[in-house]
Amino acid sequence: MSTLAIDKGGPTRKIKYRSMSRDRAWALRWSYFFLVVFAIFSLTPPIYMLITSLKSSAEISAATNPWWVFHPTLANYVELLTSNQFLRFFWNSAIVSIVVVIVTMLISIPAAFALARMKFWGSTTLATGVFLTYLVPDSLLFIPLFKMLAVVQDLTGITLLNRWYVLLFIYPTLTVPFCTWIMIGYFASIPKELDEAALIDGASWLQTLTRIFIPVALPGLIAATIFAFTVSWAQFLYPLVFTTSVDQLVLPVGITTTLIKGDVFNWGQIMTGALLGAAPPLIIYAFLMDYYIAGLTAGATKG
Amino acid sequence: MAEVALRKVVKRYDDVEAVRGIDLDIADHEFIVLVGPSGCGKSTTLRMIAGLEDISDGDIMIGGDVVNDVPPKDRDIAMVFQNYALYPHMTVAENMSFGLRLKHYPKAEIKARVTEAARLLDITDLIDRKPKQLSGGQRQRVAMGRAIVRNPKVFLFDEPLSNLDAKLRVQMRIEIKKVHQKVRTTTVYVTHDQVEAMTLADRVVVMNKGRIEQIGTPNELYHKPATRFVAGFIGSPAMNFIPCRLEDVGGTLQIRLTDRLAFPLPPARAARYNALPRTEKLLLGLRPEHLTESHAHLEPGVETFDTVLDVTEPMGMETLVYFGLEGTPVCGRVNPNAGAKDGGPMRLAMDLNNMHLLNEETGVVL
Repeated sequence: MSTLAIDKGGPTRKIKYRSMSRDRAWALRWSYFFLVVFAIFSLTPPIYMLITSLKSSAEISAATNPWWVFHPTLANYVELLTSNQFLRFFWNSAIVSIVVVIVTMLISIPAAFALARMKFWGSTTLATGVFLTYLVPDSLLFIPLFKMLAVVQDLTGITLLNRWYVLLFIYPTLTVPFCTWIMIGYFASIPKELDEAALIDGASWLQTLTRIFIPVALPGLIAATIFAFTVSWAQFLYPLVFTTSVDQLVLPVGITTTLIKGDVFNWGQIMTGALLGAAPPLIIYAFLMDYYIAGLTAGATKG
Repeated sequence: MAEVALRKVVKRYDDVEAVRGIDLDIADHEFIVLVGPSGCGKSTTLRMIAGLEDISDGDIMIGGDVVNDVPPKDRDIAMVFQNYALYPHMTVAENMSFGLRLKHYPKAEIKARVTEAARLLDITDLIDRKPKQLSGGQRQRVAMGRAIVRNPKVFLFDEPLSNLDAKLRVQMRIEIKKVHQKVRTTTVYVTHDQVEAMTLADRVVVMNKGRIEQIGTPNELYHKPATRFVAGFIGSPAMNFIPCRLEDVGGTLQIRLTDRLAFPLPPARAARYNALPRTEKLLLGLRPEHLTESHAHLEPGVETFDTVLDVTEPMGMETLVYFGLEGTPVCGRVNPNAGAKDGGPMRLAMDLNNMHLLNEETGVVL
């Protein structure tokens, strides 16, 4: 809208060069074009899930238009939300993700602070090393990890395999390196003078971390939290490998193992389960987005 | 409040010596300015006093105690940074009271001190704002407030006005001076701006390449510089340095600037320089204000000569004139009504009573 107004206000004589506002208008048109393409591409699957979840099994298998619901029903939702099994998966996922987020933050924040600020011998190498561990794919790691836990289980006699809480040890191997890496970046962007001022004001390292760095880097902290939660919530391979009993399963594995029986796919419930499973991360994103975007460092120093 | 002393302080980074053995005594209540070009070691020196940098060698004493290994928080100092370094998530009051809160001062006393400092700095209305809602000058006041409430032994300022625009800088300069007159805390102030140094300091420490060139009151540095570096660094426009030599003509000592230009020295100067070897390569140091337009009644020791100006710069209250003496660019300050024109001829008067003579090789003022 504003670009049009600027165009009208421009000189009336014919100009040979392309004006800034016209350039901007074209740039905007292209951006919108690609954003729309991207939106269609990424929103089609969830919409299809929603449509399918509102259909009965009979309608799904009937040869009607798959993009339209002729007899909408909430039967799939009612069935899943009243099923103890599904609620168990949900609960397992929730407890695992929440604890993993807490554990991750408790490790990542002090680690990132140490790596970003306390210049000690090898800190730069260590910071790079932290990131490199994140690059190792989980499909390479799950066998050695399984073996390690089996050994620990044999030595200590504590049952770890096929228990939901084994995931509390496994997931941080994915979340801690990445979150530490993000936090190093955020902490490094805080002006050095800020911790020097705190140091002179009499703050210890721990006080500098808790009273200056954590509040100032809150957007980064929230980004890391969202990441850790999403990774834990959506993880599939590790829970598939490490848990097998139905009451120990988390949501993604639970849905696929219990709602697919042999070659019978209960599509309506699978889609409903997937949609319900996608809800918590969506809600978290929606609530934390404002914090995520707000730049809290503004005003710390000049500018 | 306390005196600060530096004894042979050295700072080495790997094999580079940033500070090469500094000796400095700062008296109680004194306002000391460290000034010099970038990379001269002035900020490093300040940071060593603050405890933010380890010292490689020597001793630093605050209030008579050696503080070499004392952490910053136990040195009882307060520092104001170039970029203010305010805590962005805290209000002005919280920023100012942070140090006191960490030391668990009683709430009533914290409030009293913050209120008093805010009143002193005229920021009472801003006390509940966040730093990003403040202008540069206001942020700088808050940063000073944060230092004042702690009531430390020493204030350290690290180029506090560099981020402000020219007008605000002049204003804040006066503010800082006023605050110091009220609180009388020993202050070490670092700047690269010689005007700031001259206007604020009780004594100025001119540094160059990790060493102290000269310590003195602003007037001493201006009128009696010890080296070519100090003579050229202090004063704007800078002092002229004109190659010259001494010669004896008919029993009087003359200074020869060019083949055609030579002046007899005033008696006081002649006596002072008479012992110098006539062969030595010398520089005549003359400030632009001692090179003015000629007029009818000249004092003894003031010599006139004719020249052709290259460029003139009218400044309003004066006009700066630039011309060359055998390739050496020279600057003079003349009355705006003296008729100086770009490319025009002009008769100028050189006040040799205020001349300096420097050894060209060593740069020492003779």
